[in-house]
Amino acid sequence: MSKDAIRQSAMQGPLMESLARQGITRRTFLKYCATLASMMALPPAAGRAMAEAMAASPSASKRPSVIWLPFQECTGCTESITRSHTPTLEGLIFDAISLDYQETLMAAAGHQAEEALHAAMKANEGQYLLVVDGSIPLGLEGAYSCIAGKSNLETLKEVAKGAAAIVAMGSCATFGGLPKANPNPTGAVAVSDIIKDKPIVNIPGCPPIPVVMTGVLAHFLTFGSLPELDKLGRPKAFYGETIHDRCYRRPFYDQGKFAKTFDDEGARKGWCLFELGCKGPVTYNACATVKWNGGTSWPVESGHGCLGCSEPNFWDAGGFYKALSMPANPLKMGAAAAVTGAAAGVAVSFVNRAKKAEAKAGHETTTLADLEK
Amino acid sequence: MSASLDKGVRVLKEVIDAPIASYFNSCVHCGLCAEACLFYTETGDPKYTPIHKLEPLRRLYEQEYTLLGRAKKALGLSKPVTDAELAEWQELVYNSCTLCGRCSVVCPVGNDIVYMVRKFREGMSASGNAPEGIKGAANRTVTLGSPMGVKLPAVKAQMRHVEDDTGIPIPLDVEGAEYMVMLSSMEIINFPEYLGAIAKIMQQAGKTWTLCSTAFEATNAGMQIGNSDLARVIVSRIVDGAERLKVKTVISPECGHAYTALRWEGANLVGRPFTFEVKHIIEVLGEFQAAGLLKTEGKETDRLTFHDPCQLARRGGVIQQQRSLMNQVAANFVEMPDAGFMNWCCGGGGGASAIEEGEELRLEAFKKKKSQLDAVKPDRLVTACANCRIVLEEGLEHYQMDIPVIGLTEMIAEHIPEQGA
Amino acid sequence: MNELQLLTWARGTGLDLAVAIFVLGVIWRLIEIYSLGRKKDLSAPRQVQGASGWHTVFRRSVPPPGMVKKSPVSYLGGYTFHIGLAVVVFGFAPHIKLVEGISGLSWPGLPSQFVDFVAVVTMAAMIVVLVDRLNKPVKRYLSTFEDYATWALTFLPVLTGWLAVQHMVLPYTTMLALHILSVELLLVFLPFTKLFHAFTVFGSRWFNGTVNGHKGVAV
Repeated sequence: MSKDAIRQSAMQGPLMESLARQGITRRTFLKYCATLASMMALPPAAGRAMAEAMAASPSASKRPSVIWLPFQECTGCTESITRSHTPTLEGLIFDAISLDYQETLMAAAGHQAEEALHAAMKANEGQYLLVVDGSIPLGLEGAYSCIAGKSNLETLKEVAKGAAAIVAMGSCATFGGLPKANPNPTGAVAVSDIIKDKPIVNIPGCPPIPVVMTGVLAHFLTFGSLPELDKLGRPKAFYGETIHDRCYRRPFYDQGKFAKTFDDEGARKGWCLFELGCKGPVTYNACATVKWNGGTSWPVESGHGCLGCSEPNFWDAGGFYKALSMPANPLKMGAAAAVTGAAAGVAVSFVNRAKKAEAKAGHETTTLADLEK
Repeated sequence: MSASLDKGVRVLKEVIDAPIASYFNSCVHCGLCAEACLFYTETGDPKYTPIHKLEPLRRLYEQEYTLLGRAKKALGLSKPVTDAELAEWQELVYNSCTLCGRCSVVCPVGNDIVYMVRKFREGMSASGNAPEGIKGAANRTVTLGSPMGVKLPAVKAQMRHVEDDTGIPIPLDVEGAEYMVMLSSMEIINFPEYLGAIAKIMQQAGKTWTLCSTAFEATNAGMQIGNSDLARVIVSRIVDGAERLKVKTVISPECGHAYTALRWEGANLVGRPFTFEVKHIIEVLGEFQAAGLLKTEGKETDRLTFHDPCQLARRGGVIQQQRSLMNQVAANFVEMPDAGFMNWCCGGGGGASAIEEGEELRLEAFKKKKSQLDAVKPDRLVTACANCRIVLEEGLEHYQMDIPVIGLTEMIAEHIPEQGA
Repeated sequence: MNELQLLTWARGTGLDLAVAIFVLGVIWRLIEIYSLGRKKDLSAPRQVQGASGWHTVFRRSVPPPGMVKKSPVSYLGGYTFHIGLAVVVFGFAPHIKLVEGISGLSWPGLPSQFVDFVAVVTMAAMIVVLVDRLNKPVKRYLSTFEDYATWALTFLPVLTGWLAVQHMVLPYTTMLALHILSVELLLVFLPFTKLFHAFTVFGSRWFNGTVNGHKGVAV
């Protein structure tokens, strides 16, 4: 067979047909996979491998099962994934996988939905990918968030047992997110706080960038493993650099040109937003390079500082509008300290002066005889 | 026989003040004071580092006057000062410190180390840890009237001698004289030409002056031993004499510490400002020169250089006058390196020259003065302090340097023309 | 505790505590030292222009004649790292922002690449003076544990700050947290060690200049 023929035969199947129907050529699909691979710093051949792996998933038995559990969440992560400018290219992932349980997207509800969940778990035991979004509340024995009468905590432990790996989607699942913010009334915790015996990929962000999700799933599909993760379990490919180090406004930071308010001349000139609380320097994410809405823009480009949403406890990091160089809380103890210090000093000075006076009063005039011991 | 550690500690507690507290808290252990002290530079022994000479005082200050220091002492983390330690420090506080004050000038954080040594000596003397040599001098000054034991009859003898030599009467106890002249034992015994020089200069300037029978001795061994009580006794004699004779100005002779004791410490010792002025003879000569009252003829032609006594220049503020005076009577006056207020000590001030056991150290320290002289190679060395003269002569002899030492007042007087008829 | 929590603590409670101890310590120690007072000088002063306490406060920063030759490292190294510290601490924009946040005062910053360079020079100078302290007999003789500890307390903030900016050794957030913590350590110990010379140097120089100025000697 000619090379073309071989290539053609490898890239066929229901997925390719579905893409073709929506006007997406094989070439475009290959380019997309190549981009995906390069974003993950994988070698060029990986792009090809990814394309072939995804294309060659015609039957249900070859498509990995994915179970998606929503816990104490706002559904923003789901929204993010399904809202891309080319829904087919992101959504295609759902054609490449068997999304056996996803409450927002699935047609079934109630008991039928529960049955679908348990059936998928049983049929793919030990092999399904568990995706979780939302935090898990521990307060009131988990009563704060229940589905089908069971607490999220219980459900998570049950479903995680048979999972091959877990993808914690969004800041709530990865680090506890908004519910965990001070004072954490529901006792919210992250997935990794509960499950300790399964490989977990954390994809933080509030919400995460869609392509990050896609990239991780594509990696799993192609190589059957999770991509290289950092100390916090985030894929290094997307969370390896800080926003600050990739920010296009960095030259302004280096020159000390800061916007002081959201509407001043500096803001209009697109100067650095450090003084307005941008957490770029301490935030690891891909927003500055990959951007949002298919590369349309991202918070800083739109004139608002980075919130640091892919970092743990970003809600309690001192305030979104407080620059990193500012104290996180007002210095309350300063005045009291000054008064205490003055009091201590004055007290000591009284003792000292008394001591000196005593020494003076006890002065024995030295005569010549007194020079000898 | 009543000196004790307790007394010493009590006295130190009395004298510790805000400056001393500030100084101890500012020291950063940079060691620059050592580089300014001839006892370190010529021996290379770091124990002579000036601030180190104060270590027991520092600990005492910390333990008595700081909250943290008191806590440290209570917890056994800071050793109390002992008599043995003070005895050990005698060499550092007396033999290797002439109170020359160079350290105080160079300390980058501004520590006045010589001030602290002076205060430390109060405790050292009250606790019985002052050196024998100075104790003897103090004893003689207080009981006999002079550290070298010179009494009034000896002074009167010198007076007659000088009158015979110069033909000028030497006044004694003249009430209302403008100047009351004092002498140092050194001058009375070793350099009697000084009195004659004074007589000639005063006569030419047309000024009235007098010696005082109860206060002819300027040297203050109490100050050298570092004991304010004894220093006060000695200074009080001078104050009483000056007030009794109602003089306008008391002249301190060519002696370093006498000037410091009277001019700067005197009023504080007696507890009230003086009603008379105090001037060093060089200051007076400088005034006469500026007023045109010092007419000389002829100049020395050999190569001369000047050694600034520490207590006159750096510690006394009389820096320029000696130079103007030198230029009046010397055709070939060259300055040694570091001349002026940064000049190096002769090594024998502050009572050091009276300490026999310190002689070896002094002679080693003299290498600094030797190096200054080697750089200038003078024929003769001029100075304005009798103690410096003795010490310099000893040092020069030790190093076999043939450089005669002379006093400035004397040299000037030699150029005063004989009074015409 | 993860790195962002550590950073938030360092920027929050840690800073509050450290500044409080610093303020308390400085005021207490200043009063403790200067309340001892001094006796009035009853001797007649010599009036000389240019010789006074205030003059010495500034003039003592200039080495006296002949001294630089005797100990060049002390002077050159000392000037370099003190000036370097001042440039880095007061000239770097994030530091100015911190002061502004606490006190409202602010001033123009220096270009960050220049501050970067100065930080390296400062660290080099500090290492040189440390080596000198270990090598020179007088310095070694005088030095105690406190001298070396305060050196480390001063060196670490510069090192960690520079490493944070360079993104070296540890991830930025952690390095920044360590930097802020090291500064807090420095603040806490400053009033109670020889580092307090930062405050007492003015008093000491002033006393020295006053006493000598009284005698007409400009020191």
